[in-house]
Amino acid sequence: MFSFEFMRNAFLASTIIAVVCGVIGVFVVSRNMPFLTHTLSEIGFAGASFGMFIGISPLNGMLLFTTISSVLVGKMSSGSVAERREDTISAVSALFIGLGVLFLALSNSSASYATNILFGSIVGISASEVHQMIWLSVIVLIVTLFIYRDLKFDSFDAVGARAQKIPSGILSLIFLVMLALSVSVAAQIVGALLIFILLTLPAASAKYFVHSVSKMIGLAIVFGLVGVWVGLTLGYYTNWPVSFFIAVIEVVIYFSSLIYNHFVEG
Amino acid sequence: MDDLILKVENLTVDFAEKHVLNDLSFDVQRGDFLSIVGQNGVGKTTLVRVILGQLKPTSGKVQFLPNRSQVKIGYVPQFRNIDTEYPLSVKDFVALAFSGFKLPWLSKKEHQRLNEVLKETNLNAISKEPLGRTSGGEKQRAYLAQALVVQPDLLILDESTASLDPEAKESLLNVVSDLNSKHGLTVIFVTHDIPLAKKFANKYLFLRPNNYEFGPISNLNVEEFWKGQADV
Repeated sequence: MFSFEFMRNAFLASTIIAVVCGVIGVFVVSRNMPFLTHTLSEIGFAGASFGMFIGISPLNGMLLFTTISSVLVGKMSSGSVAERREDTISAVSALFIGLGVLFLALSNSSASYATNILFGSIVGISASEVHQMIWLSVIVLIVTLFIYRDLKFDSFDAVGARAQKIPSGILSLIFLVMLALSVSVAAQIVGALLIFILLTLPAASAKYFVHSVSKMIGLAIVFGLVGVWVGLTLGYYTNWPVSFFIAVIEVVIYFSSLIYNHFVEG
Repeated sequence: MDDLILKVENLTVDFAEKHVLNDLSFDVQRGDFLSIVGQNGVGKTTLVRVILGQLKPTSGKVQFLPNRSQVKIGYVPQFRNIDTEYPLSVKDFVALAFSGFKLPWLSKKEHQRLNEVLKETNLNAISKEPLGRTSGGEKQRAYLAQALVVQPDLLILDESTASLDPEAKESLLNVVSDLNSKHGLTVIFVTHDIPLAKKFANKYLFLRPNNYEFGPISNLNVEEFWKGQADV
């Protein structure tokens, strides 16, 4: 399996993605942002088709759209009640899915390309794309490390953080941009529609087993790695879509963690 | 007066052209245990928000001494969004307050301070339990520990005992009272519980719809307070 370059690239790329998603995912779950993450992935789809339309790489198109829209959503919903934030996200999501369909039609791309964007095409990743993913992931990890303590406080105890005058607004904005970068990177492997699998399920499962942020990040990375490595291997031998296996594995881990929580932790 | 920590002068806060606080003046000395009492809607939480800098007054001023940057405030609110699935352990929740742009892991000094505060607040035995699964009283002690871990000069308890049973109330305030008498921690305690205020505070600020009283706790008239509540 590893004698093929595309499989080596696929394993390297998916390992990076599992690490980034493990780190960012813990904050996505604690900040209650799975819906926004799902929306950003749809926006990523629009960005990728826009990239094809104007002749840049789909990853760069995704980065452009997800970053701009994350700042937009952050600004439009800052300081508002949760319902307003959800409504804003729905509106932005609707607009971008429409744009995605339009750009796809205008760029005369085949249906198979749309399928690749939506459901992932990990085995089609080139070495140069892996390099770009590594750089983006390093940026996400360094920025997160830099704001780690304040982000942790704001994400796990917003009331306490506000009393200690933690700069919540600017932290949220930085985090949204990091989330946008992670979505664009991770969409390469599981596709735009299934991105929230890696950004929410491993972290959501980890919180039932361990009780510190660093351990949650560690376990979320392990759950993510199990999903992508086993998914890739099964995909290679069966010729079925890798995204399907990753989705099933992560869902099984999540439901197992719920059962563990119900019966063991009581 | 050298030992003043907080001076409030002619403070007025208006909401929709209605005075919530009107021309309020009082001061807090280092080591004071001030209880703020008054019926619902009289402006207790508004006053706390102004002191915390979360709300701008319409007029008047709130002055910290020697200045705001040299006064560390610990704040314990009545409510927090901690449900039964909240994942962090008591210890990790308390440690969240070690914020700022530092290395992700705690220093040796921070570890020491964390253990010290867990001991002071009687949380050692449950420090590894998930906070979401602890009792109401234990949660409040964890909130208190988080406010204390950064060694505040001024501790504000905003109705922090309201949802607790009498035993848990006493237990929480005994910890605070100990720190107040042994280490000179200045405390502002917002409450409806007059017996509790009488037992632990040395001064009181009684807010009423149109006026206020400020003085030593021995002057607080319990009957007058309950009469005010009955009028509501």
